[in-house]
Amino acid sequence: MTATLTSPTARSRVAPTLDRDELLRYGRHLLLPEVAIDGQRKLKSGRVLIVGAGGLGSPAALYLAAAGVGTIGLVDFDIVEVTNLQRQLLHGTSDVGRSKLDSARDRIHDTNPHVKLELHATRLTAENALTIIREYDVVLDGTDNFATRYLVNDACVLLGKPNVYGSIFRFDGQASVFATADGPCYRCIYPEPPPPGLVPSCAEGGVLGVLPGLVGTVQATEAIKLLLGIGRPLTGRLLLVNALDAEFRSVRVRRDPSCPACGTRELQSLVDYDQFCATSGGDGAGLDAVPQIEPRELAIRRASGEAIQLVDVREPHEWEIGHIDGATLIPLHRLKDRLRELDASAPVAVICKGGTRSALATRDLIDAGFGRVWSVSGGILRWSREVDADVPEY
Amino acid sequence: MSLTISLPSVLSRLTDGSRSLSASGATVGEAVADVTRRFPSLAPRLVDDSGQPYAFVTFYLNDEDIRFSGGFTAPVRDGDELTIVSAVAGG
Repeated sequence: MTATLTSPTARSRVAPTLDRDELLRYGRHLLLPEVAIDGQRKLKSGRVLIVGAGGLGSPAALYLAAAGVGTIGLVDFDIVEVTNLQRQLLHGTSDVGRSKLDSARDRIHDTNPHVKLELHATRLTAENALTIIREYDVVLDGTDNFATRYLVNDACVLLGKPNVYGSIFRFDGQASVFATADGPCYRCIYPEPPPPGLVPSCAEGGVLGVLPGLVGTVQATEAIKLLLGIGRPLTGRLLLVNALDAEFRSVRVRRDPSCPACGTRELQSLVDYDQFCATSGGDGAGLDAVPQIEPRELAIRRASGEAIQLVDVREPHEWEIGHIDGATLIPLHRLKDRLRELDASAPVAVICKGGTRSALATRDLIDAGFGRVWSVSGGILRWSREVDADVPEY
Repeated sequence: MSLTISLPSVLSRLTDGSRSLSASGATVGEAVADVTRRFPSLAPRLVDDSGQPYAFVTFYLNDEDIRFSGGFTAPVRDGDELTIVSAVAGG
């Protein structure tokens, strides 16, 4: 199978010429018969939208820009934080506090001033997605949440735009090309998202900084192949990357005839994706209803002598970074085995890094018969900012 | 039948650090039940309360999605490989 673009816009666009500077800059491409001048002109006329200027979007944007993709759209609304710098190479230390789009614009312009950037300083939503995506040939999904992934998928299926997918967590990555003419889409593999809280985010569970480099460059490669119409795309295959074992392998994915997006086509318009991702059944549903306690209130009540058991459900390596004096470490996955260490008749406050694991643990404790139990709102991060800066953020 | 099950690295902390497990059973469902019996904390990450696969966890038997070959009733043969992939959203 050869990669081809189905977009009429891409097919009918007149490929621009290359000037002397560009001929020199792209000389190593021009030596490749599969690219050559015609291919380089196709890249120059190509329009790629990158959703998310983060871990995946960084290497993808840099390589697409360096390769000479003529127009790159970027969708992001975040500010550069110091915790981004471990993996998001579009942004540097001096960019902390700037908008990611401003930072990305400067970095990409330095990489290749011939590239035209279109900056979309907004969250991609069901209201704006079709309008934004419609203007591009290829979409590269570098988002960091399930709701936006389903949104990008459905918008690409509805518009017939290839969706170059990548996602990462800890040491594992996935990549594929969805929503091509005959290929499957994201919903064919994952018909429903996990319930909130069951699959931690990278902020909660961590990610090896170089992993988005591996996966984001795979995405950039696939986008370039689609623009050039060369090679065998990742359509119909899901690439699985495991950085720990240095393992790259792919499994076969098929279009699901019952898929509401690309199978039955019953999905005719975009839906409420926050609702879709918040209400899927399973282990993490209903976490919003878990009793919460504010970090300051907990500190005041403990300081006044109230006998509140404080349970830290993070992992031991997170505990080593910093913890609250008097807390008991019981990692979430061990909680059910260690319930007897706690007094069910006394109040319990549960804390984790950001509040998700503690909410799951709080619900488990309530189910186990604990009468007074709260999840500490915002976890160690808020505790550090609002109560005790000696317990570091990470 | 004896087969090998590969897990995402995030689940290996629930299996004493191992990403690759041996399992036995005549079907995919039996093989999954075999490992969740040995590692009970793995069960809620792979199957729902009724023991059926979640919509956000995909099981590939010899690189083919089992949803197209009978799901948990799909038969297995000696030496088969079952790869379990969970949806992740990090970017």
